[in-house]
Order: sequence, then C-alpha cells, then structure tokens
Amino acid sequence: MTELSKSGAAVGEPTAASPAPSAFLEVRDLKVHFPTDDGLVKSVDGLTFQLEKGKTLGIVGESGSGKSVTSLGIMGLHTAGQYGKRKAQISGEIWLDGTELLSADPDHVRKLRGRQMAMIFQDPLSALHPYYTIGQQIVEAYRIHHDVDKKTAKRRAVEMLDRVGIPQPDKRVDNYPHEFSGGMRQRAMIAMSLVNNPELLIADEPTTALDVTVQAQILDLIRDLQKEFGSAVIIITHDLGVVAELADDLLVMYGGRCVERGPAEKVFYEPRHPYTWGLLGSMPRLDRDQQERLIPVKGSPPSLINVPSGCAFNPRCPYADVPKDNVTRTVRPELAEVGSKHWAACHMSQEQRERIWTEEIAPKL
Amino acid sequence: MSDKAKDEAVAIPAQSDGTTLTKDPAPGEVLLKVTGLQKHFPIKKGLLQRQVGAVHAVDGLDFEVRAGETLGVVGESGCGKSTMGRLITRLLEPTGGKVEFEGKDITHLGVGGMRPLRRDVQMIFQDPYSSLNPRHTIGTIIGAPFKLQGVEPEGGIKKEVQRLLSVVGLNPEHYNRYPHEFSGGQRQRIGIARALALNPKLVVADEPVSALDVSIQAQVVNLLDDLQQELGLTYVIIAHDLSVVRHVSDRIAVMYLGKIVELADRDLLYKTPMHPYTKALMSAVPIPDPARKSAKSERILLKGDVPSPISPPSGCRFHTRCWKATEICKTTEPPLLELRPGQQVACHHPENFEDQAPQDTVLLSDAKEAAELVSDEALAESAATSAAVAAEMGVSGAGDTETAESAEPETATEPAESETASESTKADAGSESAESETASESTKAEAGSESAEAEAGSESAESETASESTKAEAGSESAEAEAGSESAEPETASESTKAEAASESAEADAASESTEPEAAEAESTEAEAAESEPPAKEK
Repeated sequence: MTELSKSGAAVGEPTAASPAPSAFLEVRDLKVHFPTDDGLVKSVDGLTFQLEKGKTLGIVGESGSGKSVTSLGIMGLHTAGQYGKRKAQISGEIWLDGTELLSADPDHVRKLRGRQMAMIFQDPLSALHPYYTIGQQIVEAYRIHHDVDKKTAKRRAVEMLDRVGIPQPDKRVDNYPHEFSGGMRQRAMIAMSLVNNPELLIADEPTTALDVTVQAQILDLIRDLQKEFGSAVIIITHDLGVVAELADDLLVMYGGRCVERGPAEKVFYEPRHPYTWGLLGSMPRLDRDQQERLIPVKGSPPSLINVPSGCAFNPRCPYADVPKDNVTRTVRPELAEVGSKHWAACHMSQEQRERIWTEEIAPKL
Repeated sequence: MSDKAKDEAVAIPAQSDGTTLTKDPAPGEVLLKVTGLQKHFPIKKGLLQRQVGAVHAVDGLDFEVRAGETLGVVGESGCGKSTMGRLITRLLEPTGGKVEFEGKDITHLGVGGMRPLRRDVQMIFQDPYSSLNPRHTIGTIIGAPFKLQGVEPEGGIKKEVQRLLSVVGLNPEHYNRYPHEFSGGQRQRIGIARALALNPKLVVADEPVSALDVSIQAQVVNLLDDLQQELGLTYVIIAHDLSVVRHVSDRIAVMYLGKIVELADRDLLYKTPMHPYTKALMSAVPIPDPARKSAKSERILLKGDVPSPISPPSGCRFHTRCWKATEICKTTEPPLLELRPGQQVACHHPENFEDQAPQDTVLLSDAKEAAELVSDEALAESAATSAAVAAEMGVSGAGDTETAESAEPETATEPAESETASESTKADAGSESAESETASESTKAEAGSESAEAEAGSESAESETASESTKAEAGSESAEAEAGSESAEPETASESTKAEAASESAEADAASESTEPEAAEAESTEAEAAESEPPAKEK
C-alpha cells in the first residue's frame, strides 16, 4: 500500500505522525480485523483512498469483500463491539477534513457523526426504530446537533421529508416506519441522514432492497441532494449499474483489499484487473445486444480467515497461469499506477493486461 | 471446505450425464395453459374473523407456456409474480380460473391428486438459505423426491443423487454434508439438483439468482441455460431483474398489480415495449456505462408507489401512475390483445403502436402530474415512435392496395393543415381521424396514415407548443408539415424506414409549396436522418 501513497496523493509514508492531507476524506492503510474462534478475520486489509467534496466514490465488490466494514470503520461504529469481550482491531488513518478519526476522542467522533458524516443503511426497516415515529427519529437526530426546541426541529423534519419527496409530509411525519412502503422508508432514512447537512454521506447499498422503479427515484434523489448540498458521497454497492450512474471514482474491492481504483470511466472502459473483467462479464446488460453466455468468475469468494497467499484472486483468476516476469506467486501484488489516477494490483505486466482486455475480454462484453 | 474442493465444486457440469435424463417433450406444444387465474387472499378482522376484504394478489391471468421455452415473469415487488408461481405449481389453490398442465385441469386437485404431477412440475426457490432443511444432509435433501414418489432410480438413490450433484456442478463426494457447509451459490445448485431429481417437464424458478452475488449469479444463470439445453426443460423464471430476465427468457410477461400488462417475445419487448409500464420499468434499470450518466433524461420516473392490491385502481390498474392515462383508462379495463404477432399488450394508449383509443385525448390530472416526471425527450420520443409505427401501418396498408404514391403526399399534409387552422382544435383532429380509422379499419390505406399523421401533429404539439405556435404564426402549411416531420424524424431512426417515406413526401410537399428558408432546413435534417436510418435498422 505504501507504493500507492507515493504514487497517489502527494503524501509521504503513512505513519501516525503524517500531516493532514489536502483531500476532504483520506483513508490510509485502513485495516479492520475481527478476532474469532476460528482465527483472525481480515475484513479490510490495507485500504487507501481519497475523496474530495462534491465527488462521489463508488465501492464495488462481492459480499464479504469488506465494503460495509470499511464504511462502518469510517463512521467509527466498530468500537461498538463492546458487548462481547472482543473488539475489532482497527489500524491505519482516517482523515476527515483535517481531523484524524481513529486516534480522536470517541466523544469528538460522536459529535461529528450525524453532523459532519452520515450514513444511509441498506435495510431501512431494521435501521429505523419501530417504536418511534419517523418524525421523532428525525427530530432526535437534529436536536442532538442543534440547540433548538422540539417545534423547530419538527418543522425541520417536515421540511426534510418534503425535500426527499414524501407526499403530505406534515401528516406522514407522525407515522411509524411500518406505515411506510420500502421506498418511502429509504427516503425517510435519507431525510434523517441529511437533516444536519453532512459533508460526507455514506450510502451502504441504498437501493438493494428496492424495486428498479423506486431505485431510480432514490438514485436521482441522492444525485440531486449531492448537487444541492455539495457533500462528498461514498456509495457502496454490488451493482455496477448503480455506480455507473452516480460515481466519479470507483474502487473495486476483493478479499478485503482494493484491486483496482480509478475514475469511473477508466475502470469501466479500460479495466486493468482480471476481477474487474469478471464483474463486467458476469452481468447481463440491457444496453447491449444479447450475449450468448455470461462469463462468470469461477469459484466463490475467498474466506477472509485464510486469504490465499499472494494475490487473493489467484484461485479464481482465469489468467493465473499467464507467465509473469520476475514475480513470485506467493507475493501479494501491490497497487500500481496503470494510467492517470488509475491503479490496479496485478502481477501481469501492463502490456499483458492491455492485450488480454482489448483482444479477449472487451469483444465478448 | 478447502479452496480446492470449492473450485472443483463449481465446475461446469459434465455433458455426458445429460443424455440419460432427456425425455421427448414435443417442443412448441402447449405444456401449461392458464386462463383467468385468480388468487385473492382474504383479510379477516374482528372476533368472528369476518372477511372484510381481499388482497387481489393475482387477478385474472391468461398465458401459455410451451414445451422447451423459457417464460420470464417480471414486475415490482407485490405485483403477484411469486403468487402466480405458486399457483401454477399448485402450492396454492387458485380462487378462480383454470390451470391446465398437458391438457389436464389441475386447478383444484387435492394433495393426492397432485402427487403424480409433482414429478413433472418442480420449483426452485429464491432463498437458498431457508429452502434447505439445515438438519438434513445434501444426500437426504436431494434424495427426498425419490422416496416421496416411490421411485427407485437405476443403480440406487445414492448413485442417482451423486450423478445429480455432478450435473449441477457440485462434488458428488459432498453427499454427506449439511447445507451450512455450502456457500450461497452452491446451495442454489443444491436446490436446482433437487428440482431436477425426478426429471420434471416444467421448472418454476422464483427469483433463482437474486440472493446471489453478481459473479455467482452468472454461474447459476449459465447452469440453468446448460440444463435447459441438455435436458430440454421448460422454465418459468420469475425475477425482478430485467437484465437477467432478458438473458434467460424466450418470452416475457410483465406483471403489474396482479395482471399481465404485456406478454411478448423477448426481442420485441426490449426493442419496442408497448405498455408504458414496461417502458418505465426498463428505463429505470441502471446501465453499467458511465458515459450514460448524463443521459438521466431518458429515464421515465414513476410517481409514488404501487397502489395497494387490496383495492386496486379501477379500469387500467396503471392509470394512477401513467403519463398517458385518459378518461377511458380510468373507466375501462384494457384487454390483453395481440397487437402485433408475438406481442400481447393491455393498454389503451400503447407506445410504439397506434393508439387504441385515439378519441380519448384529454389527459387525467394524475397523468399530467406523472408526465412532469417524464422528461420532454422521452415524451417526444414516445410520440414520435408511436406516430412512426402508425405511419408504418398506414403505409404498408397503402402498399397493399397500390395507392401508396398517390395517397401519401395528400394524407401527409392534410392533417397538418387542419393543425394550422386552429391549434386549439387538435382534439377535433384527433377525433376526426379516429372516426375515419374505425370506419375503415380493414382497408386502412388512407385512414391509417391520416390518423397517424394527425397523431404526430397533435402529440408533438403538446411537447413542443412553443415552437409550434411560432410556426402557426408564420401561417404556412409547409411550416406545419415541417414541424410534424421534424419532431418525428430524429427519434424514429431505429423504428422504421417507412416513417421516412411518409415524412419525405411531406417534405417534398413542403418544399414545393413554399420557398421559405425553413423548408431547406427541413430538408437537411431529413437527409441526415435518412442517412442514419439504414444501419440502425440492420439489427
């Protein structure tokens, strides 16, 4: 990961004493490990990225690739594992607007949470409290950060519900979550997370539980709200269509690590990692003529306890046997720059990958 | 499970196993016929549990499934697609209608009566985690159908189960493992193996891949594909993902609130969807191509949510969210008609086709609201495409009677003139053409194309009122003709070359009647459009 920091943003070695970065959000060598009876689960194992204000970063990957763990890590929600004896082991640095969050005082982070950074969860039904009305929950979120009376806060809640497109917000504000439909619950979640105008919004699979028609509404809403508030957005999903709609930059995760990162156009049109090729080949596309067959990635995602040595994708990689120069299989490939602001972690040489992509993969997509 | 074993487990099934399983269902023969299928779930309230209403989950379905084909069923959650799946497998008893399997009425067969049929009709469930009994081994799970049906396969159950495991790409040695030892994709394969155990004729798969990761999803889709080819299976695949459905299906039924709104061959449906709901549904699918990020305007947003199936809207059930809804949509339910060979649609105002109720032009207030969510481009496109298709119909009709050339220029400009006369009377023009259309539907030669043009005129008038009013001021027929053709042309590129012929004649007319610079302009746009058309039509 050190190589990335060198070639990427103009920062030195990521040490605890490194200076505050220029980017609005910078994550450096983030590691989140969970000790379990079976061994150490390395959910996120060295992740580095930057995000500017007003930009959208898409994080894609299969389930278990560490997407959600990353987002919870940024929000500082992993320390909540105090119920059990074991805690998540987090290392690395997360800089949000000049503040390092991992070493910061938990009370300070709590003040930032909801105010400066907010999160939209995947399943609104389990993220909303069934016992309180939608209004009460939004009011609570607002009053924690603003010293206002309940009436003002409720007016603000109605305003936000209206903003996210809930009909009759003044009546709906007193409804309970179960009285809302799935799409409306997700809207209410968005209203709640945006009530304090956060500068960083993390949307963790915001539309996975929704129908396509509602998904389209929600994606448009997120896009419009981002324009309006100028926030930085991280959108986590497994649906390449969704990220293509929203994201400026893309980060492809596999086995807890980033395998490819770059501007969305680059990653879609000139992907340089076999896993990204696999993802692109796996999905049937409406905008193309019918393919005869999909090109799946063989095998299943790796166990995060026994991540394969060397490249984590090695057992599933169709090009694992392509001869590589001066490379030991057991060495993990580091992210290397393959284009401007575009990194990929693969042992194959750039030329090899370029040839495989243009000759073998791209024509079949 | 070791990684090595995993890799082996997901290998593509061996081809050799298929042959012994294959039966001979005559392809194309109707395997399953459903007429007027209904399922209402009663809502009971109070101490006496009196019925106070019903959820109209499935409310009158008619379709057929032919042997060897794949019927895809799509729709939003709550549209009744899963209920439909359970009705045709008779896991639920229909409230009304009829289900025929191989000509035999199975609508109200009891458990005993259904048992012999269970061999032929099998189901693959959505959730591979809850559809396998965690306390049984894989061998027991896949072997259960043999025991229940009292079938003794050649070489014993164990051997047969192991063969099935290898057919679906699992390791036969995993016979004694439990479901929790498998990943999601592997469990789905187990579910598929169980469904295939008795060599069924029809497999109903309810969201077979929606719980799986993208890369695994592709494996299972390919597996289903292979099995169909090897074993000659017939599938009904229920899914909400339109791109998956397109990939696997031969024909597709689009459901909305318990009804089929469109049932068409795959390519027809995806290239020229007729029902506005189908169109909206398809435009909502996010396309994995960042270059289209800016193409947000193409999307048709539907307002609000699906209405409650407890008291579904009157008339066309989609009228509360449709941007084309008129009075007739509110009062009369459109029948599912085969408007084009291989494409059945239930709509009064279909897209990509001539209007079924052209006399009804006043939009409902709901529709106006809904239309605000639809971009102008999409509206103009829909107007233009339906005009083009209608023109095509008209022209082809004219071609039959060999009056095409003489009829064309006249019919093309006539309605335009009426438009110029008074823009506010476009409703009149509409009803006029409707009359002529109904009067001579069979001969269609002139009437067809006339109404088509009038439609194009009035619809483009709506979306481009500004430009048209200025044109009207100019007061020249040619300007009108141009307005019509201009709006129709660029959009129809993929639709037909027939439209080109129609507007070309309009253009010729315009050019001859006026020497205004606009005419020249029209010509140039026409030429451009004409150039771009042939390659588009190739596909």
